[in-house]
Amino acid sequence: MNRYWFELKEGVLFSLKAIKANKARSMLTTLGIVIGICSVALMATAIKGIDRAFEQGISALGADNLWIDKWPWFTDEEWWKIRNRRNLTMENYEKYKSLAKKPLAVAPTLWSSCKVQYNGHYIEDTLVTGSTADYVKTTNFDFAQGRFYSEIEADGARDVAVVGNDIVENLFKHINPLDQYIEVDRIKFKIVGVLKKQGSNLLGDFNPDKQVYIPIGASIKYYTGHRRSIAIVVRAKSTAQVKETAEEAEEMMRRARGLKYNQENDFSINQQEGLMRNYNQTVGVIKLVGLFITGLSLLVGAIGIMNIMFVSVKERTREIGIRKAIGAKKRTILSQFLAEAALICLIGGMIGLTLAIVLSMGINKFLPTSVQMDTVFLAITISILTGIISGFVPAYTAAKMDPVDALRYE
Amino acid sequence: MNIINIENITRLYEVGAEEVRALDGVSLAIGKNEYVAIMGPSGSGKSTLMNILGCLDTPSSGTYLFKNIQVSDMTDNQLAEIRNREIGFVFQTFNLLPRSDSLHNVELPLIYAGIPSSQRKEMAMNALVSVGLGDRVHHKPNELSGGQRQRVAIARALVTNPAIILADEPTGNLDSKTGEDIMTVFAEIHRQGNTIILVTHEEYIAEHANRIIRLRDGKIEKDEKNSHSHHAPLTKAAAMTGS
Repeated sequence: MNRYWFELKEGVLFSLKAIKANKARSMLTTLGIVIGICSVALMATAIKGIDRAFEQGISALGADNLWIDKWPWFTDEEWWKIRNRRNLTMENYEKYKSLAKKPLAVAPTLWSSCKVQYNGHYIEDTLVTGSTADYVKTTNFDFAQGRFYSEIEADGARDVAVVGNDIVENLFKHINPLDQYIEVDRIKFKIVGVLKKQGSNLLGDFNPDKQVYIPIGASIKYYTGHRRSIAIVVRAKSTAQVKETAEEAEEMMRRARGLKYNQENDFSINQQEGLMRNYNQTVGVIKLVGLFITGLSLLVGAIGIMNIMFVSVKERTREIGIRKAIGAKKRTILSQFLAEAALICLIGGMIGLTLAIVLSMGINKFLPTSVQMDTVFLAITISILTGIISGFVPAYTAAKMDPVDALRYE
Repeated sequence: MNIINIENITRLYEVGAEEVRALDGVSLAIGKNEYVAIMGPSGSGKSTLMNILGCLDTPSSGTYLFKNIQVSDMTDNQLAEIRNREIGFVFQTFNLLPRSDSLHNVELPLIYAGIPSSQRKEMAMNALVSVGLGDRVHHKPNELSGGQRQRVAIARALVTNPAIILADEPTGNLDSKTGEDIMTVFAEIHRQGNTIILVTHEEYIAEHANRIIRLRDGKIEKDEKNSHSHHAPLTKAAAMTGS
């Protein structure tokens, strides 16, 4: 046992000497690994960041929610079939709400895209969601100031609004937005509540930070009329009950819509599961491609290591002969050169990792990323493995050299 | 008991389509504390014989008993073990590791033998002192003269206390004065009871040994006692009774 340890220690110490003796060469070889490991670590970090952003987005939307909508989020059906569906109406919503027993909360929503304005500052194409007071129960909203609009305000279709954090940041510089009047397509709404930042850039316009919430009556009155289909947000009592809530929703909506047993559903029940699946499909491909490309750069680095190890073995043929003559076994020589390759890669990996950590601080401005501990372990493991794999063939060549020939080598 | 017993050994090389017989039916026995010189012109097979005796190479046919153990069909790793424990090599070109100091060079066989560091250092140190290099322990080979390098190599060969010392033209790269010094070191080693096999083509170097084996065309041409050995003659018989 001791013996393996001494041999390994000798291998590592000696490879340090060899690396030091060929500084410029070792540095250039290491560069390939530096770049490879840096890109692998960055890619792993970026993927984590995207995943985290998505999870945050999902939880901002409400993880236990269903959306009953005319439009399915993801479908294989022909679009015209769906377009010909009847709109979902407020009557459908009322009927469903009275029939359904499973949900924690039910709220209708009606989206419109408006220009919101305050005191000369404006934002085009802001998503304005009309709903009822129960809407807040379907979300995880935290309020920075104020409250959600009340049932009375909602029923009376009053001109009150709750605004997301980005809207506030863009329109209200140094002014407390509470009780101010914000213009939504030239209609003034009194701000009764301001949301805390929910943070989910991946949701795009559906990010609550970028939305304005008003009573659904006001949406109908000012912006959409009765032409537009509403969507119904349903929150289940718990994640475990999402499925049964969805099943009940299907049954109750069929009743609310007066469908006969032989008629197809003319509405869709959308779930986050679909969103997740879709995310995993698209992002999964990006992840694979990303890892493949970074893997390629690591491969280039590995080929560099292999090349330099072949050179090193050739150069040190005599040394190998000496070692064999005085009793080094095959595995001793093998482990010595493997140690050298692994060490070069480990040094490169450490430098690459440091670089990745510095770079990820820059990326952090766009994506919530930081190099995690498991990425560090991954990078170190990968660099050692790269060394061992790319060093194996050269090391094996060295190990099986004939001592007589090796000693005679000039 | 003889240390080395070889019986009818041949070693064939394929050179292109031709077969070269580097050794052709060599039989030889070498006892403890003998000082043997192997001589012969180039191409006579003396290097091949030395490689086989040193367990660096194996014969094509015939048997080789080392301390009564059959080595002719050992695996590479078993041979490595024998070389490590039983054989000390001294080469014409010294063959030291250029980036390591004297101490580490001498330590190397002990590392492969699995001896712990502190003990290793002490043994290597003693070996260096015994060849007169106690003050050159941390010098690298390029900081040493040729004679000093060869002394480091001798210390390395001695440090594991091997059964035989195999020296291949040990003075070939040295001037004659330094060469004489090195031969004195070998004489001293021999006097301490070691077995030495010396390969050389220089008559005056071979004169130091007390048995000279002459090879020609892969065969032993002559195997005789050297009556006018430079130092106190030590016959095989005397060696075996312990002088």
